[in-house]
Amino acid sequence: MATAVEAQLGTAAAAQPAPRHQVVAFLVMVAVLVAAPFFVYPVFLMKALCFALFACAFNVLIGYVGLLSFGHAAFLGSAGYASAHAAKVWGVTPELAILFGTAVAGALGVVVGALAIRSRGIYFANITLAFAQMIYFFSLQAKFTGGEDGIQSVPRGMLLGVLDLRHTYAMYFTVLVVFLLGFLVVYRAIHSPFGQVLKAIRENEPRAVSLGYRAEQYKLIAFVLSATLAGLAGATKALVFQLASLTDVHWTMSGEVVLMTLLGGLGTVFGPVVGAFVVIGLENYLAQLGAWLTIVQGAIFVVCVLTFRRGLVGELGRLLRKPL
Amino acid sequence: MRTAWFVALALIAAVAAAPASAQVSDGVVKIGVMNDQSGTYADISGQGSVVAARMAVEDSGITKKGTKVEVIFADHLNKPDVGSQIARQWYDAEKVDVIVDVPTSSVALAINQITRDKGKAFLVSGAAASDLTGKACSPNTIHWTYDTWALANGTGSAVVKTGGDTWFFLTADYAFGHALERDTEAVVLKSGGKVLGKVRHPFPTSDFSSFLLQAQASKAKIIGLANAGADTINAIKQGAEFGIVRGGQQFAGLLVFISDVHALSLERAQGLVLTEAFYWDLNDRTRAWSKRFAAQHHGAMPTMVQAGVYSAVLHYLKAVDALKSDDGTKVIAKMKEMPTDDALFGKGTVRADGRKIHPMYLFEVKKPSESKGAWDYYKVRATIPAEQAFRPLDQGECPLAKK
Repeated sequence: MATAVEAQLGTAAAAQPAPRHQVVAFLVMVAVLVAAPFFVYPVFLMKALCFALFACAFNVLIGYVGLLSFGHAAFLGSAGYASAHAAKVWGVTPELAILFGTAVAGALGVVVGALAIRSRGIYFANITLAFAQMIYFFSLQAKFTGGEDGIQSVPRGMLLGVLDLRHTYAMYFTVLVVFLLGFLVVYRAIHSPFGQVLKAIRENEPRAVSLGYRAEQYKLIAFVLSATLAGLAGATKALVFQLASLTDVHWTMSGEVVLMTLLGGLGTVFGPVVGAFVVIGLENYLAQLGAWLTIVQGAIFVVCVLTFRRGLVGELGRLLRKPL
Repeated sequence: MRTAWFVALALIAAVAAAPASAQVSDGVVKIGVMNDQSGTYADISGQGSVVAARMAVEDSGITKKGTKVEVIFADHLNKPDVGSQIARQWYDAEKVDVIVDVPTSSVALAINQITRDKGKAFLVSGAAASDLTGKACSPNTIHWTYDTWALANGTGSAVVKTGGDTWFFLTADYAFGHALERDTEAVVLKSGGKVLGKVRHPFPTSDFSSFLLQAQASKAKIIGLANAGADTINAIKQGAEFGIVRGGQQFAGLLVFISDVHALSLERAQGLVLTEAFYWDLNDRTRAWSKRFAAQHHGAMPTMVQAGVYSAVLHYLKAVDALKSDDGTKVIAKMKEMPTDDALFGKGTVRADGRKIHPMYLFEVKKPSESKGAWDYYKVRATIPAEQAFRPLDQGECPLAKK
């Protein structure tokens, strides 16, 4: 009973505009991100933003549909390869390269999603992992990906023919706009009636089906949305770093995004963003520690899992008694 | 809502008022050692390379002449995006003048491009990709210690000349393995050897039994391992269990380092032949230097990558001292002009395409009974003279070489 009541309450909430504290939090986030490149090294921020978008995309699936995909690196990486190839070999403009990469990830999402959503739980995780490994081995062997050298020195080009992306700040604000667009798409999707149905499916799938919702179609749409946004992140990242490599299709990347989302807070709006900044920040600022880096990272995760299971943002939301 | 807008605007205003952060580091030569400190390549490069770079600074005597030198390091986790971000940050924000070491080809190629764009200097010791002095060559990069061409050539020709004339290849099934196999096969055939067969194994593999049986059945004298890292180690370990070496066949490692032999133990690695640019026990000078190194590095002897870092940094500082400038492009040009000379690699030169030239050595791993103590692992089977050790200048497709 409790779940049904919650679902109904959720539907009621969705009819109203976004709660005020979330708007405030969003504006604070935008303000911080606009100000940040003047204080913090911009390339680090761009990387963190790409991963934040990636984690948000992943969160759509795990946080709102309850499906743990263990193959999201496939979408990040293949979009990266597609956009790098388009920009370098075909010489297209950066906006087209990003769109092409995103479209490739979306198409891949349709294929993988159509097969994977028929299962759930550990089986779903395994099937997505299997597909991701296929993409990995394809990328390792295919000629155009350059094997383990990757696609190097990808030109950033001129955005819309006017904005020279070789300038760090131009690139940064382009990435910021891409991230905010992706973030708002996710926010809109999960706070729409569509998002409410997803939550209902997460809580009790047979009941959602008995109410007349075609659970499989909803799950597929959510999967494709998640894959497409992950692709958007990957395609943008390829232009930021001017390279696409095996790192982004490797299974450890699929694991890293799980950690980011868990650390920030599953099923929270801002959690994945915070999680991504924390994980990438650790990787970046602890690089000086050498071999100790992985140990420190591991210890932090253990502490997080033991002491605040809702993640950083989840716990903060609980303290404030407001969902963030 | 109004408070939110106010906060946002206040923040933007605060930002606009703050000056951009900047550091002045004139008069300091800043050396960034970037490599793998925690993963597969931590033993061949890692902290040892940092120790080697510090020793080079000390031995150059440049600090006594009043030039400040600082050595910093970072872990690129073998990820090109991490490496490329650290490189940009080092060049832009931390005023690093030169990046050294950088194993893992994808990371090295990324930093090669960034260094060129920023007009700094890049001294590669850890990465193997021969493209760094080929298609991707740059006026800001010198490839110091070894490359895939030198390894394939050294092992291929020298092994055939010393009696290993029939080969069977065990190749990792991806671009790197194929390239290594193709290059080595060409050298073997050119030197008058024969290739009896080859087998491709998936990358990575933990069970080599069926591939090893094929290699055993081929009766080839030499089993060439066109793979790297954990694959090579697994193949050699399992080969020892199959009694391949006892049966009279020998493994030829195309990308094996002394730290791998140390990890494998002589019992398992005996009879393995491999090519390296440096071994601590070559002569009195290398022994003296390596003892100093080991004292600072938990008793571990230097690998050729770490030795290369020392030699490269030493030569770099000589060029900086001669020029009285740390401008990347100028220093690299000066380094190409000046002949190199140090305790580890002897006398050598740096070619127009950025290739450092020195002899390479074909080593054979000793039997446990031949070894006199810790780290006494190699005997020299052949020396490949400097002029034959590396790819000829005109075959690399490097635009710099055409001038």
